[in-house]
Amino acid sequence: MIRILFSLAIAILISVAATAVAVDEKPLEDPAKEAVARAIMKDIRCLQCQNQSIEDSNAGIAKDLRMVVRERLALGDSPDNVRAYLVDRYGDWVLLEPPVKANTYFLWASPFLFLVFIIYMVLRSRKPSAGPKPLSEEEEAKLKALLDEDSGERR
Amino acid sequence: MQRFIPLVLVFALFGLFFMLLTKEDRNPQEIKSVMIGRTVADFSVPALSEGAPALTDDILKSGKPKLVNFFASWCIPCRAEHENLMEISNRYGIDIIGIAYKDDPAKSRAFLAELGNPYAAMGVDGDGRLAIDWGVTGVPETFLVKGDGTITYRHWGPVVGDSFKEKLLPALEAVQ
Repeated sequence: MIRILFSLAIAILISVAATAVAVDEKPLEDPAKEAVARAIMKDIRCLQCQNQSIEDSNAGIAKDLRMVVRERLALGDSPDNVRAYLVDRYGDWVLLEPPVKANTYFLWASPFLFLVFIIYMVLRSRKPSAGPKPLSEEEEAKLKALLDEDSGERR
Repeated sequence: MQRFIPLVLVFALFGLFFMLLTKEDRNPQEIKSVMIGRTVADFSVPALSEGAPALTDDILKSGKPKLVNFFASWCIPCRAEHENLMEISNRYGIDIIGIAYKDDPAKSRAFLAELGNPYAAMGVDGDGRLAIDWGVTGVPETFLVKGDGTITYRHWGPVVGDSFKEKLLPALEAVQ
């Protein structure tokens, strides 16, 4: 029983830790703007710990970038402008979701291309096999003769 | 014959992935700089030497190529590359501008007093904002700037070993 309680406690601790965000510095005064800032942060890649967003990273540069996001918003930038500001310095890579543009068309289309390929393969494998070729006239006659002969004998 | 097509496809993909994964300078950590070919934006940061005038973008538009090195006293790889920076400033006759990234100026000065000073001029980027404007992802990073202020090359990570000889030196020779 104690063991179960103990493991439960650990599970809860771990899950709490997982939801805790690293955003610790001074939020924007306007809660609506702060919410917008948080939404942007979730979409910006931390350049140090590269598969985390700056919203949940503790790296120094993530903290700096959070400050930049808040500062730009406070200055009146739209969310798109804030993102453009960062892309201008770090390239598209800083966005966790790659933008749809000429050199990412293939990336975005690839799941659908793959789906089409799979459908094609499935349909192909389902097609009934062609079977033997139909008999030629000559063969037909031969077969008839053989059958006739056979039935004649049995009678 | 047709039945071998899937097998051939699998081998072709295997070959492609193998090639891309073992490519010479493949480093998934390294983010390609978008600054190459751009002109340095205006900036002004306090000088590291006490009493010296502020460091501005003017120094990078003086007509002679310069290296701009972001460093910090707390950064271990910066220590590793320091010897090479000294060699570059002594032997290749190019001015290196040092930017102390998120560092206590007193500690940066102590760092240079201990290891020697390869820099022609030093600025202090206390809050790391200049580094963000340059697209720096961490220290050390070194930029090669042409005499007109155009960034031609960004060296990611310490200037040591093969990457120093095979990347930075050719880039240096190209602008001189």
